[in-house]
Amino acid sequence: MNAKPIIENRIWQPEFECLPRPRLLALQAERLRGAVARASKNPFYKERFERLGVTPEKIRSADDVRRLPFTTKADLRDHYPLGFLVVPRSEVARYQGTSGTTGKPTWTAYTKNDVDNWCNLCARFLVSGGLRPEHTVQISFGFGLFTGGFGLHYGIERVGAAIIPLSSGNSARQLMCMQDLRPEVLICTPSYALKLMDDILNGGIDRSSIAIEHAHFGGEPWTEDMRTRIESGLKIRCWNNYGLAEVQGCGVSGECAYRNGMHVQEDQFIIETIDPDTLEPLPDGEKGELVITPLCREAFPVIRYRTRDIGYLYNDGFCPCGRTTRRMSRILGRTDDMLIIRGVNVFPSQIEAALMPFESVAPHYMIEVSRPAALDEVTVHIEMQPGMFSDSMKEMQAIRDKIAASIQSVTGLHMNIDLVSPNSLERFEGKSRRVTDHRKLVD
Amino acid sequence: MKINQISLFLENKPGHLNAICRTLAEAKINIVTLSLADTQQFGIVRLIVEEWLKAKEVLEKAGYVVNVREVVAAAVADKPGGMAEILDIIGTTGVNIEYMYAFAFRHGKEAVLVFRFDNPDRAIEALKAAGRDVLDAVTLFNEAK
Repeated sequence: MNAKPIIENRIWQPEFECLPRPRLLALQAERLRGAVARASKNPFYKERFERLGVTPEKIRSADDVRRLPFTTKADLRDHYPLGFLVVPRSEVARYQGTSGTTGKPTWTAYTKNDVDNWCNLCARFLVSGGLRPEHTVQISFGFGLFTGGFGLHYGIERVGAAIIPLSSGNSARQLMCMQDLRPEVLICTPSYALKLMDDILNGGIDRSSIAIEHAHFGGEPWTEDMRTRIESGLKIRCWNNYGLAEVQGCGVSGECAYRNGMHVQEDQFIIETIDPDTLEPLPDGEKGELVITPLCREAFPVIRYRTRDIGYLYNDGFCPCGRTTRRMSRILGRTDDMLIIRGVNVFPSQIEAALMPFESVAPHYMIEVSRPAALDEVTVHIEMQPGMFSDSMKEMQAIRDKIAASIQSVTGLHMNIDLVSPNSLERFEGKSRRVTDHRKLVD
Repeated sequence: MKINQISLFLENKPGHLNAICRTLAEAKINIVTLSLADTQQFGIVRLIVEEWLKAKEVLEKAGYVVNVREVVAAAVADKPGGMAEILDIIGTTGVNIEYMYAFAFRHGKEAVLVFRFDNPDRAIEALKAAGRDVLDAVTLFNEAK
């Protein structure tokens, strides 16, 4: 464990982040009772709680979370669009979303209080990672359903810093903004930071014309190796944070000045690690699937959400920063086939949905992901089918463009389309492996 | 007055074209002519064969994606300006040529121009009105031998 901070150690809400452990656990138990009471308004949970004999009064400690049922992305999909909403629509202040496993997004909703809480949770990791009220922040996350854009926007506003809501893409414009408005803080995906770094270092841009000191990364897994490259290349500090829309969005956990892993905001989330096969809880220190129960959400409570993200909780005691919260590792992988491409979650089943309009049976396909330079590139190899073939080159190219457009409309991403001969792609026994990922996303 | 052409999807990789020819050779099907349109990744092989139905069957059985298309075949004298005369006639009709290819015919004295038009009937009408030799399947395959 690092015993010294890398930057000044600052804490946004010490009254929660540094609560003595017994009081933190008591607060978790109390809040879990509230979460169970709110979730009971959803028939999905009501029925399950009754079957398990769970009532809010029976929750005595935070550990009682283990008596509660799990929730999966499939459960959210089965209750599309807003089956988990437990407040009247009139009380919803915001909707956000994330990729669904098929063509439709997974929606989530926030009351005014939920948004307010979320602001503070984002402010916590921003402040611990160097953000000050006098700073200017360039947000190069896409603004939209993705929780990163608006989540951080309001978190930064809460801290009192100035925001440049530039959104993603167009690196020439990103660099112009960095040089002209001289923001001190950059928010983007780590792979986009690599791309900007390449443009700066190879584009003859004078480093002193750029004032960036800190960058906060999220939206996709990254490695210590990437951190070292970006920090030494740009002479900045890069900070890691974690979250997912299903349990709120960014701000579930984030690094502190000591950089000993990401502090989980345990006053608002109960985090567990489970064996994804047996579903049994694992002790801290052991790698498994992260399961998160948000404790304060009013609009869209979920219980024991199975994130499918693989990581572990540190078991080496408490961080010297003064926080009493446990810390989690970087995300080390997935238990399902979800891919994160340029910060966007993509499921192979979405590609299948996008190919359906062209054939009654979706053709065999393979997804190949690479990172030739800084940014991810995806090629979808698709086996030709009679319904996709024409003797005219013009029509063939039109079909290829249509397939690309269909994939883009479902996933939001441009992918290269490679049409190949029937039966030329490898077949796998049992669980099909449709993805070849050449990126190195884990140290 | 149209000819059935079969076309196949072809991946742009070594040996793929030969595999098609092999399949037809084994079925004892003679290729009268073959034309190839290609991009970096894939190509389209267009074939004129007499037994097009059988060719389609054996190729599909071998796993190829096959499409049958009616095309127009016109014979012209194999001399300078032969093709230009045909294209002049097509030009007056406003019919668009999706693609075309040519091969030698009647012992090299003539050439056959194979067209896919966006409006084949109108093109055939114009060619005939101008007294050109639009070939039917019987003439084409008998005299190609």
